[in-house]
Amino acid sequence: MRRPWRSRLAAAALAVVAVGGLAACGSGESGPPVLTWYTNPDDGGQATIAQKCTAAANGRYSIAVSVLPRESSEQRQQLVRRLAANDTSIDIMSLDPPYIPEYAQAGFLAPIPPDVAARVTEGTVQSAIDGATWDGKLVTVPFWANTQLLWYKKSAAAAAGIDMSQPVTWDQLIQAAEKANTNIAAQGRRAESLTVWFNALISSAGGAVIAQNSTDPTQIQLGLDSPAGQRAAQVMSDFAKSGREGAAFSTAGEDESVAAFEAGTAGWMVNWPFVWSKAKSGVEGGTLQQSVVDDYGWAIYPRVDADKPAAPPYGGINLGVGAFSRHPDLAYEATECITSTQNQKEYFLTNGNPASRSSVFSDPEVLADFPMAPTIEESLQLAAPRPQTPYYSEVSGSIQREYHPPASVSPATGADATALIQAVLSGRQLL
Amino acid sequence: MTTTVPPTTTAPPATAPSTGASDRARGEQRLGWMLAGPAFAVMLLVTAYPIGQAVYQSLFAYRLTDPENRRFVGLNNYGVVLSDAIWWQSIGVTVLITVITVVVELILGFLLALVMANALKSIRPVVRAAILLPYAIITVVSAFAWQFAFDLNSGFVNSWFSWIPGISADTDWFGSFGSSILVICLAEIWKTTPFISLLILAGLAQVPDVLQEAAKVDGASWWQRMWKVTIPNMKAAIMVALLFRTLDAFRVFDSIFVMTAGANGTESVSFLAYRQTIARLEVGLGSAVSVLLFIAVVLIAFGFIKGFKVDLSQARGEK
Repeated sequence: MRRPWRSRLAAAALAVVAVGGLAACGSGESGPPVLTWYTNPDDGGQATIAQKCTAAANGRYSIAVSVLPRESSEQRQQLVRRLAANDTSIDIMSLDPPYIPEYAQAGFLAPIPPDVAARVTEGTVQSAIDGATWDGKLVTVPFWANTQLLWYKKSAAAAAGIDMSQPVTWDQLIQAAEKANTNIAAQGRRAESLTVWFNALISSAGGAVIAQNSTDPTQIQLGLDSPAGQRAAQVMSDFAKSGREGAAFSTAGEDESVAAFEAGTAGWMVNWPFVWSKAKSGVEGGTLQQSVVDDYGWAIYPRVDADKPAAPPYGGINLGVGAFSRHPDLAYEATECITSTQNQKEYFLTNGNPASRSSVFSDPEVLADFPMAPTIEESLQLAAPRPQTPYYSEVSGSIQREYHPPASVSPATGADATALIQAVLSGRQLL
Repeated sequence: MTTTVPPTTTAPPATAPSTGASDRARGEQRLGWMLAGPAFAVMLLVTAYPIGQAVYQSLFAYRLTDPENRRFVGLNNYGVVLSDAIWWQSIGVTVLITVITVVVELILGFLLALVMANALKSIRPVVRAAILLPYAIITVVSAFAWQFAFDLNSGFVNSWFSWIPGISADTDWFGSFGSSILVICLAEIWKTTPFISLLILAGLAQVPDVLQEAAKVDGASWWQRMWKVTIPNMKAAIMVALLFRTLDAFRVFDSIFVMTAGANGTESVSFLAYRQTIARLEVGLGSAVSVLLFIAVVLIAFGFIKGFKVDLSQARGEK
């Protein structure tokens, strides 16, 4: 009963503001609707796409870009607060996949028209579709898909005598690093990257953080205390105590890992493909020797056990349309333009962010600039999404609390983390 | 020094001499209210309303993304907070940071105030500006500066101080509790010592020169004059500086947020409130933490004012 009244009032207020605004401008004619696209920071690629799509729209709409904070958790905080206040200025959002269920469950995303859903999923890698889905329905438009690779120095692999064309396990990597007397760069910092790593380990061990999903926080069943969870904890702790984890492992994030890999103190590294763009621009800027980059090799993410496949981390960005947008139809039209195969390809080439559409990975131009593109595509097919739940922030925060520092992880950690997550989700404990 | 009325002022009213003074006092009081009233009203509006709202919201289980399921839970949120070990741990961390920074800042601030007070007239403005500069820097910016300085990859501290035993190129300052707290405290001390020294400088200026000269004539050494004349006469200023700084230090947030994000058990009470309200969107639970933090700050202020008999008006030179 109250909603229509409220929305009528809001509409009236809006009309007053709009009329006032127009009167102030002195122009009686309203231009094409401006769609605001909230983007994560990048190298300007999304702003370029926005310009191109504005031009392609032939004056039916224009896209203005508004940049969000750097960390994905901070992007979420800002967007969620605005959406909770029914912000109508949010038309399109670049969303980090793990938080998508939260938006969808809270009703912050405008429903996708079925024809749009069919077109944007055609030829798209499965992990990207999974990451854009909640409760069996596609709720966002896959834009670009990310996955971590195992990067290595060919010289280090040669010194260790390890064949990197074959799948490797974490244990084998540690042994190889011992032989080559070098380190392995991974992310042990108390941050999202720790959850990313742990999720890859437990998934490769054949388990999952959330064994049985539910929209009721008290009904979520966790898989942390399972044999797979124990195995993941063991790999984590073995690695952290191996002596091959490098200095400051417990505070190292992705950027620290790249620094160690570029400097040569690490011969192996698990990281996102941005390291390749970074290396190339380092050579152009004169801060990195070409010979160092020539030594770069890449492979599929390490396995936990030799007989089970790897489950590389999945990331990327999907596009959501705000539920309170005044032009959801135009916004969905714009997302189709933004995520076109051509734009995905150019975004990959200019910003180093891999596409979600398979055909891009076999494009000759892409292959020339990103020789690891086929490996990325293969990795995306194997990739495991992080736990999909509207309470992702709590789950990830609890994992970070219990599994940090990684050297302290023990067989009991799984049970502790399970107890903590259950207590937090049922409101019995702080996080 | 009592307020003495000069004998040449108005003659006392013929009827009752005593009511003259109280009339005047009443008049002053009225003027006081008229001058301070608007500011008081604005303060009520911008502080009392949010505090009231936080207290109200702390009685609900309320998640920002799930407003439909908001329900009244009474004092349950407070029970959850107070029975959680992490609350007591963050209280401990907050008290630790508060005690370390306030003690060091008081000593350093006093020395800097002496430097400012006694510097040659020609260089005094430069000295004051140099000492006050850190206070003008935004806390987040100063926190980043200190973090970059101590960071393993970007920092210079490890290479500059590698001659100190225990510090090497691989020293990870943010990797353990003790060293993280050390850097957090250093950043806080660097940033807010100027505040304390400024308040103490005001106190130093209040010590009458005649007392110093009389003590000098009596043959008191510098040290004796400091302990017997200067410090007793500026006790009120010192206590006010301590009070303000303690209240401030108890709400430490920025440095921890930037440097460790609460890792290695370095979470303060403010950070805990931030995590529940902003990161978890549990507005009810977060409000309860905020209200408890508010109560703690009120208790500190009350303890200082009653326990140490801090007279706020004295520091302003009214008596």
